[in-house]
Amino acid sequence: MITTLNMYQTVLPEAVNIWFKAAHISKFPKNGGACIKYKDKQIAIFNFARENTWYACQNLCPHKMEMVLSRGIIGEENSEPKVACPLHKSTFSLKTGDNLNGTLDPIATYPVKIENDFVYVGFSE
Amino acid sequence: MKTIIVVGNGMVGYKFCEKFVAKANSDQFKLIVFGEEPREAYDRVHLSEFFEDGNADRLSLAPRSWYDENDITLCTNERVINIDSTNKTIDTSKGNTVTYDQLVIATGSVPFVPPIRGVEKKGVFVYRTIEDLEETLAYAETIKGGKAAILGGGLLGLEAAKAVMDMGLEANVVEFAPKLMPRQLDTRSSKVLQVKLESMGINIHLSKATNQILGNGKITGMEFGEDDMLDVDMLVISAGIRPRDELGKSTGLAMGTRGGIIVNNKMQTSDPNIFAIGEVALYNEMIYGLVAPGYEMAQVAVDQILEEKETVMASSIDMSTKLKLIGVDVASFGVPFMPTAKGHSIIFENKTQSLYKRINVSHDGKKLLGGILVGDASDYNMLLQLYQNEMPLPENPEALIIGSRGEGEASFGSAMDLPDTAVVCSCEAVTKGAICCSVLEDGNETVKAVAKDTKAGTGCGGCKPMVVDLITESLKTIGKTVKERICEHFDYSRQELFDIVKLREVDNFDELIDLAGSGHGCEVCKPAVAAIFASIYNETANRQNTIQDTNDRYLANIQRNGTYSVVPRVAGGEITPKQLMALGRIAQKYDLYTKITGGQRIDMFGAKLHELPLIWEELIKEGFETGQAYGKSLRTVKSCVGSTWCRYGMDESVSFAVEIEHRYKGIRSPHKFKGGVSGCIRECAEARGKDFGFIAVEGGWNVYVGGNGGANPKHAELLAEKVDKETAIKYVDRFIMFYIKTAQPLQRTAPWLDKLEGGITYLQNIVINDSLGIADELDREMQALVDSYKCEWKEAVETPEIRERYTHFVNSEETDNNIEFVSLRDQKMPKQWA
Ligand code: SRM
Ligand SMILES: Cc1cc2nc3c(=O)[nH]c(=O)nc-3n(C[C@H](O)[C@H](O)[C@H](O)COP(=O)(O)OP(=O)(O)OC[C@H]3O[C@@H](n4cnc5c(N)ncnc54)[C@H](O)[C@@H]3O)c2cc1C
Ligand code: SF4
Ligand code: FES
Repeated sequence: MITTLNMYQTVLPEAVNIWFKAAHISKFPKNGGACIKYKDKQIAIFNFARENTWYACQNLCPHKMEMVLSRGIIGEENSEPKVACPLHKSTFSLKTGDNLNGTLDPIATYPVKIENDFVYVGFSE
Repeated sequence: MKTIIVVGNGMVGYKFCEKFVAKANSDQFKLIVFGEEPREAYDRVHLSEFFEDGNADRLSLAPRSWYDENDITLCTNERVINIDSTNKTIDTSKGNTVTYDQLVIATGSVPFVPPIRGVEKKGVFVYRTIEDLEETLAYAETIKGGKAAILGGGLLGLEAAKAVMDMGLEANVVEFAPKLMPRQLDTRSSKVLQVKLESMGINIHLSKATNQILGNGKITGMEFGEDDMLDVDMLVISAGIRPRDELGKSTGLAMGTRGGIIVNNKMQTSDPNIFAIGEVALYNEMIYGLVAPGYEMAQVAVDQILEEKETVMASSIDMSTKLKLIGVDVASFGVPFMPTAKGHSIIFENKTQSLYKRINVSHDGKKLLGGILVGDASDYNMLLQLYQNEMPLPENPEALIIGSRGEGEASFGSAMDLPDTAVVCSCEAVTKGAICCSVLEDGNETVKAVAKDTKAGTGCGGCKPMVVDLITESLKTIGKTVKERICEHFDYSRQELFDIVKLREVDNFDELIDLAGSGHGCEVCKPAVAAIFASIYNETANRQNTIQDTNDRYLANIQRNGTYSVVPRVAGGEITPKQLMALGRIAQKYDLYTKITGGQRIDMFGAKLHELPLIWEELIKEGFETGQAYGKSLRTVKSCVGSTWCRYGMDESVSFAVEIEHRYKGIRSPHKFKGGVSGCIRECAEARGKDFGFIAVEGGWNVYVGGNGGANPKHAELLAEKVDKETAIKYVDRFIMFYIKTAQPLQRTAPWLDKLEGGITYLQNIVINDSLGIADELDREMQALVDSYKCEWKEAVETPEIRERYTHFVNSEETDNNIEFVSLRDQKMPKQWA
């Protein structure tokens, strides 16, 4: 289990050396999320259509190590974009990965870019 | 740079660190902490909550990163085994030797295990650390449904008894004294508590001295005297605490005769460079087994070491306590029992309600000296304040416990009458003045914000009601009212928002938040608004799926491993053999775990996301429709077999249940709602435990509303008697519709009815006598909902765009390889969480 968690490390925009072409934007519900697979990783991607921004993070919730975050409700708290885990409602900032309503470890976040209606996630490896 | 070593990373040791790093000159010191436990300090006071979800992280007082950020070296799993006070060094279990300038001993205490023959047997536990609980839980698993005893009927013992009961074991409390909580309660209140606990299913055995633990290798019973035995499969010992003072002894520090490291009012031991705080410290010849005095000691030690302030420990320490056992209120404060020479007592007792209140008042009637509350401790905070601040009492002090006659009014002013110096949160020593100042001067307007600012309410949480009062009242003084707002995005109550949606005919979230809210929404307002749309337009969860709660979004209940369950409707619990076979076939085909639910239907667990439409397609073909087990909507209408078969049946309860379940299916509401129909007053369908219920009686149906199972069970109240079926349905239609329009989000009918001013009489007037003139409107609205029902799973299966949502990855056909099942009695279950 711990090894799965270690697979996910935050990637900063300047560190990206691989832009993975994930899927067409129509695959991601407006103001919601969906999960993509990149090699062994499961990445949750969120389409904040109201603000026209996108975020990505690990799909793994650090609370019980389940692959569920992409199915959570997204929203914002004091202007910080966040996702609420569908299992026990732990909330995480999609900017910093911090657990906003508890003391869980932060989740890893990834840069996202849109080109020609395709969603790309940035990795560094 | 000087080095300070803290031995022990428990509650008080942590508090020392927290208070230490908050000081400006703390950066001139290096702080090293050794903790014997494997994890960083956690909230021992709320240890019992570990049983709820086994989540140790939630109890953590600060994550490890906090120690790093504050330059504290934390070594867990490392015990200090020796102190050399001459050379000022310590040795640890990992073989490290470290030099200190000043040392703080915060090693806490251990449970006292009396020297009874056989205590070493398997199945005997103590209750102090997360590891203790894990072991207890693991053992409890092996004796499912068995009997457990708790040795000790004090504060902790009773808490342990409740925990044991929640593990599904029979709880027996064995106490040496002739009464429970002998230190805090007088005989009468103790008796009241005993009766209450017994009614909750906890057995109490008093005046029992345990001679021996029976059993061959593992415990099978306890022996008290000849022929006096109790068969048990497990024992939790909670017979008091003993300070962990072995380091004090070996270092040659001055010790109490019965243990504990002696400290002065500066928390210094007999070696001025060594301090002792928390449950290991013997101050005023006492060990204080509570966090509040420990936190105060931590503060004193910090101030002394940093030489910032000449703070010393107060000479008398308040030992007032409130039991946080769920289900019974118990509190005692000040001097709980007192000789008549010192003052007089006012006692109020109501045996039928398990209520006992006692206050001790000075002879001149001016001061409160102490008291006891059992059954209802809602006045505890206020009484404690009166006592601690020696405030003048009202002319008739009895009003303090039996209430002033005017309804709902507090008998003694408001929290605002307290002096600013009154300590409201004793765990964190936060005064009333600090709380009000946080509201008025720093602009913190919510409990959360004030807690973050002042730490009030973050300890045991007992002061929360008072903190809420102080915030509300402070806001009032500056002309602000606090209203029930949904969340930071909508400054409206649910009822107000309901009216806005209806009047402005808004039907999508974006439009509503632009119109009536701010920002972009969150996990609180989105589902609440979704429920409002559903209740007004009866739209299914499919249309705006991303504002739905998880379960609604995928029309299925998410399970612990991220798979889902499938629950088709089985109206009234009536099912044909053919349908049963179909369910069996489909469950077998998809390898689902099946179980009969508490709602008289069949739940099939373990479906992966992509399998849901496939399974439902087959179910729908067999004539099933969604059971909405996932929605805040009608769940089931439980029935008994009724007059069709039963020899006592007065009417056809199954037929009625089937009819009414089909009537209300699909209707979304503030919370789920359930019904029941019983064929006679024997009530086999438990209709009075439901949100609405019908019971057949001579001459018609009795209609009940506002019942609830769950954590706070409540019997439904009689709305109408002996009415015919049509009338019964009409009344319940109106009741449900009125509830849908006026309740808070996630408020079930029972708490809603409880809060409804005028209660059941008011409701009867609306529903039966149409006192508000809205009956027609309610009837129309309900009929519109009934007429527009559609099965949302049918809709999902038949609509390709909706079906597409049921895939784990949007860029791959693969499924989630993180899901693991293990076998369970010929079926399967998710692999346990680590
Ligand atoms: C499956 C079932 C247990 C079982 O195996 O029997 C069950 C399972 C759950 N119940 Fe229940 N309850 C089930 C019957 C009950 C009953 C018995 C009944 O309906 O007669 C009650 C007490 C009666 C009542 O509701 O008043 C009951 C009171 C609760 C409560 C407490 C509600 C309250 O007002 O206090 C919750 C928590 C909540 O809803 O907030 C809850 C919540 C849950 C949840 C939804 C918890 C969750 O979020 O995961 C469980 C999800 C089930 C799932 O995934 O399918 N469940 N639950 C039962 C499904 C009945 C059905 O056919 O739909
Ligand atoms: C189930 C339960 C419920 C409670 N409820 C309440 C309540 O409602 N209200 C209330 O006020 N109090 C309550 N308490 C009491 C409260 O938890 C204690 O007063 C508090 O934890 C004392 O803090 P402490 O730091 O002195 O001791 P502890 O929290 O026990 O911490 C001491 C730590 O030091 C470690 N240690 C010991 N020796 C060494 C060594 N040689 N080297 C390194 N580390 C060492 C121990 O392993 C432990 O982690 C409750 C306690 C329990 C167990
Ligand atoms: S099914 Fe109900 S009672 Fe059982 S564990 Fe889940 S929520 Fe609790
Ligand atoms: S698994 Fe995510 S909050 Fe529990």
